[in-house]
Amino acid sequence: MGSRVLWPAGCAAALALALSACATEIAAPVKPAATTQASTAPSSGPAKALPRGLDGQANPDPFPSTYRALPSRPTAIVGANILTATGQEYDGGVVVMVDGKIAAVGPAGTAVPTGATVIDGKGRWVTPGVIDGHSHLGVYPSPGVQATSDGNEATDPNTAYVWAEHSVWPGDPGFNRARAGGVTGLQILPGSANLFGGRSVFLKNIPAVTYQAMKFPGAPYGLKMACGENPKRVYGSKGRTPSTEMGNVAGYRRAWIDAADYKRRWDDYRAKAAKGEKADAPKRDLTLDTLMGVLNGEIRIQNHCYRAYEMATMIDISREFGFHIAAFHHTSEGYKIAALLAKENICMLTWADWAGFKMESIDGIQANAALAYRAGACVIIHSDDPIITQHLNQEAGIAMAAGNRIGLNITPAEAIAWITLNPAKAAGVADKTGSLEVGKMADVVLWSANPFSVYAKADKVFLDGALAYDRADPRYQPKADFELGQPGEGAFQ
Amino acid sequence: MSRSLLISLLLSSAPLAVSAETIAITNAKIETVAAAGEIASGTVVIKDGKIAAVGAGIAAPAGARVIDAKGQVVSPGLIAASTSLGVDEVNGVSSTRDESAGSEIGAAFDISYGVNPNSTVIPIAREHGITRAIVTPIGGRGFGGDQDEDGDIDVSTLKAGGEAKSAGAGLFEGQAAMIRLASGDLDPVFKSRVAQVVDLGEASQRVAGSRGAAITLFKEALDDARRYQKNKAVFDRGADIPSKLTRADLEALIPVVEGKTPLLVRVHRASDIHMVLRLAREEHLKLILEGCEEGWMIASELASAGVPVMIDPEADLPESFETLGARLDNATRLQAAGVTIVIQGARSYNNVRQVRLNAGTAVGNGLSYQAALAAVTINPAKVWGFADRAGSIEVGKDADLVLWSGDPLETSTWPVAVFIGGKQQPQDARILKLRDRYAKPADGYPPPYH
Repeated sequence: MGSRVLWPAGCAAALALALSACATEIAAPVKPAATTQASTAPSSGPAKALPRGLDGQANPDPFPSTYRALPSRPTAIVGANILTATGQEYDGGVVVMVDGKIAAVGPAGTAVPTGATVIDGKGRWVTPGVIDGHSHLGVYPSPGVQATSDGNEATDPNTAYVWAEHSVWPGDPGFNRARAGGVTGLQILPGSANLFGGRSVFLKNIPAVTYQAMKFPGAPYGLKMACGENPKRVYGSKGRTPSTEMGNVAGYRRAWIDAADYKRRWDDYRAKAAKGEKADAPKRDLTLDTLMGVLNGEIRIQNHCYRAYEMATMIDISREFGFHIAAFHHTSEGYKIAALLAKENICMLTWADWAGFKMESIDGIQANAALAYRAGACVIIHSDDPIITQHLNQEAGIAMAAGNRIGLNITPAEAIAWITLNPAKAAGVADKTGSLEVGKMADVVLWSANPFSVYAKADKVFLDGALAYDRADPRYQPKADFELGQPGEGAFQ
Repeated sequence: MSRSLLISLLLSSAPLAVSAETIAITNAKIETVAAAGEIASGTVVIKDGKIAAVGAGIAAPAGARVIDAKGQVVSPGLIAASTSLGVDEVNGVSSTRDESAGSEIGAAFDISYGVNPNSTVIPIAREHGITRAIVTPIGGRGFGGDQDEDGDIDVSTLKAGGEAKSAGAGLFEGQAAMIRLASGDLDPVFKSRVAQVVDLGEASQRVAGSRGAAITLFKEALDDARRYQKNKAVFDRGADIPSKLTRADLEALIPVVEGKTPLLVRVHRASDIHMVLRLAREEHLKLILEGCEEGWMIASELASAGVPVMIDPEADLPESFETLGARLDNATRLQAAGVTIVIQGARSYNNVRQVRLNAGTAVGNGLSYQAALAAVTINPAKVWGFADRAGSIEVGKDADLVLWSGDPLETSTWPVAVFIGGKQQPQDARILKLRDRYAKPADGYPPPYH
């Protein structure tokens, strides 16, 4: 193992590259996918010439969000300790929610509109809704039986053609548990069996009959990639490539070559068609549509990657083909390359201290998030788990404590971003949610205590300003269809 | 060789680790988990490895090393009640795992032979205040972390897998052991063969075909053990094939059918728990139950049977059809009904941290603070039969103690000092060394020089 961690050479190479010209590309703003209906006419000329369904860019959103916010009324939470996730903390402050948006947030005395429902927050805490940046709810639901095991299309190392949303069972009882833990937003990812696992989807954590009704309006897609042990084990054991780390890397590069070529052919076609020249459109390919979406800056790379040297490799590949990695997931060794991640504007998602269960996680340490945060990285505490997702607030507390144990002095006002604003950034929705700022979606949690405490419970959870969960009121404790008539009836607390 | 050298260096460089040292921890908030309850400010005196005195207004003995706790909390060392500590180094590396019987034997498997005191996991467990653990066998190798490729963790760690082996032997996972987590102790097992472990419910179904078949095989195995006990000579002659089990397996079951060695049963569904209780009455077995997600549904029956349960207070998902009723206040409801509860963490690696945090979670869901502390200290000591030596801060008990930076059940807390048998333990976990290596400011040399 030691011989593979080529620290001196790997670090130097990565740092040298970090200084190169890539910086202009990595800051490319994410263009939210269009949310209009499928019947919208394509704006470009050439697409009109193609039969429906053959031009992926003519309708980039074929499964559009049908999300509708729950009914809400103007509401103010007064007197709570408020963490905005933008670094502010208001002791005894005020949050006002009107028409689904944050209308005001500030210290005591901040004006409350007449007629607003006022909730006494005294002794309690308010934060933005928790966002789980790595979830398999719906795709690996409860009960976890073969018939519901829909998270990994482990039949080919490149399944960029699958979309996680098509596996999401909206009836997963786990969604309700997560909401009771303050989770308002979820990035649902395919599993990590494949080099390219497929598209992720960002959901509002609202009870619904269809996944479309959970889809966060305007959220960009992600593409799940996986480094390391899983792909090479899954395919190596079948006598296929990849069976080694080098096989993994070759697999990524071959796919990106195909994607670059596909993009060139489509670009050529569109250029010719725009000039009125005769041109044949390439045959649409779902795999390459997704990869081309990454090259066009529309789809965000969400990359399962534990090891420092693997992350450095992935960054090099992103340079070779000209795309940006939005986030590395799991990142047990994030602390080893935190400065590189900060420089590259790549978020790192990790657990508080879940590590050591396999070789690639053996260097995971409790202070991973805290050290990386102090080094300037965009740090996120994620779950990858239907239990941990219910207390990401406490996971963040553990990670914060590990830093404070060595004198890093991380405050609740800082660490709250690890489970709110930062996962929103990684998913490309930070302009809409993730912090308590005027004009953003009123996705808000009222906690019984300091949310980083093991004793804290979410008392009330608001989605777009509407009460979506209330610990004290059974009318706001939705139960999954599956659980009706079952032992416990879905009442889990 | 280098590892033992390392340990001897650590010991020699740790002046605190002197066996006969007399230590007084003063100005401490003491959670005795005994009749004295919580002492707001007091002193604990450690002498000859034992607790020599505890209470308010106690003077430090002359010559004692005095540790001023400055109001910080002292608790008994925590007890991890069913773990793979010392027998599972890296879950995903099968060559480092020794917690399963394999295909040849079942009940006879003695997990204590494989315990590795130099496991890097043991110092991590101490970093979570754990000073003793019960090491329990599990079925198969499909345990944890590798089933879905979905990010590699498995929290349903109370449930064993189940690898096909001969149906009779396969029901019995083998015999548990108890270990103490003292640094440098080459023989950490303080008692072996402390329970026979069996997985019922879905796990047994995977072995035997159905629950009914599993129970039938189970009863047959117990009958065979009794016959064997009465007439070992017949078995020795090999005149017939009187049992599906090996002689070694039957031998291991004798103390179980005698009601001397407890049977640790992993069971989840209410109806299965009910059935196990009935079976224990019929067969005169001594029971400890693990899992029991639906225990709250038959809490009074559990209480009247006097059977202790080891539970995970985070389990609130219908992750399988045998945990449909799982809920967060299971611990609270069982405690209220009078059941002796033990709160567990996950089995392996640094997830044993969940012992203390799960106790905190139970408090967040209604359990009293003192009941939660008891559920990770004195209750497991009682259930596993060593409450005369550990599990509370009382004069005469082994000085297994933790000085915490704050509330031991809280996320923001870490252990300031851990004592086992009166010796202050080095805080030398590999993960702390890694942390310190990379926390150092850059000096032009890469971290391996640090």
